Amino acid sequence: MARILLDNVAHAYGPTPRGLPDYALKPLNHAWENGGAYALLGPSGCGKTTLLNIISGLITPKQGRILFDGKDVTQLPTAQRNIAQVFQFPVIYDTMTVAQNLAFPLRNRHFPAAEVSKRVSEVAQMLELTAILGKKARGLTADVKQKVSLGRGLVRPDVSAILFDEPLTVIDPHLKWQLRSQLKALHRQFDLTMIYVTHDQTEALTFADTVVVMYEGEVVQIGTPADLLERPAHTFVGYFIGSPGMNVLPADLRGNHAVIGGGYEIELDRPYREIPPGTKLEIGVRPEYVRLSSGEEGIPVAVQRVDDIGRIKVARVRLDGVHLNVVAPEDARIEGDVSRILFQSGHVHLYADGHLVGGAAS
Amino acid sequence: MDKTWNNKAWFMVLPVLVLVAFNAIIPLMTVVNYSVQETFGDNVFFFEGVKWFQQVVNSERFHAALLRQLTFTFTILAIEVPLGVAIALTMPRRGPWVSVCLVLMALPLLIPWNVVGAIWNIFALPDIGLLGRVLNGIGLDYNYTRQPEDAWFTLILMDVWHWTSLVVLLAYAGLSSIPDAFYQAAKIDGASRWAVFRYIQLPKMKRVLTIAVLLRFMDSFMIYTEPSVLTGGGPGNSTTLLSIDLVKVALGQFDLGPAAAMSIIYFLIVLLLSWIFYTLMMRNEERS
Repeated sequence: MARILLDNVAHAYGPTPRGLPDYALKPLNHAWENGGAYALLGPSGCGKTTLLNIISGLITPKQGRILFDGKDVTQLPTAQRNIAQVFQFPVIYDTMTVAQNLAFPLRNRHFPAAEVSKRVSEVAQMLELTAILGKKARGLTADVKQKVSLGRGLVRPDVSAILFDEPLTVIDPHLKWQLRSQLKALHRQFDLTMIYVTHDQTEALTFADTVVVMYEGEVVQIGTPADLLERPAHTFVGYFIGSPGMNVLPADLRGNHAVIGGGYEIELDRPYREIPPGTKLEIGVRPEYVRLSSGEEGIPVAVQRVDDIGRIKVARVRLDGVHLNVVAPEDARIEGDVSRILFQSGHVHLYADGHLVGGAAS
Repeated sequence: MDKTWNNKAWFMVLPVLVLVAFNAIIPLMTVVNYSVQETFGDNVFFFEGVKWFQQVVNSERFHAALLRQLTFTFTILAIEVPLGVAIALTMPRRGPWVSVCLVLMALPLLIPWNVVGAIWNIFALPDIGLLGRVLNGIGLDYNYTRQPEDAWFTLILMDVWHWTSLVVLLAYAGLSSIPDAFYQAAKIDGASRWAVFRYIQLPKMKRVLTIAVLLRFMDSFMIYTEPSVLTGGGPGNSTTLLSIDLVKVALGQFDLGPAAAMSIIYFLIVLLLSWIFYTLMMRNEERS
């Protein structure tokens, strides 16, 4: 049971950082609430694993404090934090049986033998490993190995948070779903905080209640999956989440209208006045909220192609040199390769230097 | 689809076949040829059957040399393998010191074998050698040219100095192949330093260590140059290992027949022991 609080935590590999770009993880304040299911989402090299390793204690951050239920654990070694971690590539002890693998963390902590075997059989049952407890761990398949390494985390009665570092990377696609739903079930069953690192948005959005999106060492948005889709706090979030990602167009501001290339005006939900001059302005709108017109109204665009992505059709269009993805309804009017698009007001967001203006940015 | 049969491919194999024939099969068959014949010179040979083999197998001199050889080999294995693993464990895994350590470790392996013998021959001399002077200086009565124990001590020390590096390098290669996640998981599991060695490092090093043990076994069992230069088999016969004895028989006494028979028996012993080693070390691998 732990609430994990990061207080101004930042880390840089190598020598003392000179400026913000030197940080692998830029200063971050965040509380991971007890029992939450979090996903840490971002492209490779954005600092996800660094953040995870700071929480588990494998890395001591260059600055800031980590508090577990108010207790400062920043300098505490990994073994003394009640944290378990599952790695990208399954870590198992080859020479041991599955049962011995599961018992290993308890034996190292000198639990009495009776309790060890009780916990091991409980965890084995939970993870459906009972049948292979006596087998050598070496010959197992990747998904079972990953279950065993998860089991080594669950077996400790003191564990209050489990960290997952892209745990399904080496698992076959059809087993991924199975393991992920098993994880969700475990999360519901126990009062565990789970932090799940991934670069796969589907994995993040289906697993987590709260998604933390990272980009170049910085947390750019913390929110529910719906938040990320409806109000991306950063153009990166809009682009990274959703398939296809959010459309981003350079724009100027005129009252409560955005002026885009070609001089077209798009209505915004409210007037913006707080923009200092010299900032780079863009509007972002998800493909779902732009559609090809079926009549004469709208902004003319050149249609390049139309893809059927299942439930809807998405058209790739060009507007004054900018490429956009828009929804193509069945009755859309395309003359030659020319059509018109309509923006759905209320879903057009304004971004200044990449960050959502007046939004719920971190 | 029909298979294409093209016997011209055999010509491609021919060069290798010729090479192997010249550097292995033909010399070996020459030895086999000598081992069953007697000669008094002038290229006149008489067939003798298995007489030389019987003579060698029953010879006390051969038994003594074989015993010395086994003692030597198992002693250096018992020292070099644990020592090599221990050194590999203390070497840094990252950073600028890695190359320094690797080069330092590789140095003994780069010295020609007879030079190694010569170095130690002089280094250990009781009157002018540094090692000899120091040992005598601290009150030990050390003279490897006269006392068999001292000769053995020097011989083993020399081999450890020369060849532990090989075990170190192999063990280090095995250690470097262990992903960081294993060490991190071990930390999270609260594993002690010993448990990390026992359950992560040792199993991951097993394959390379098998190779290291096999190489060191075969090499040390056939060692000739260094002891020959260091002690020449002396004092007396006390450090006459199998290969030194063989050369004495073949070139010293010019007994071609017995020397050839001894070579073949020697070869079969190396082969047999290597096979036993390999089977024992690989048994666990296959069971699981």
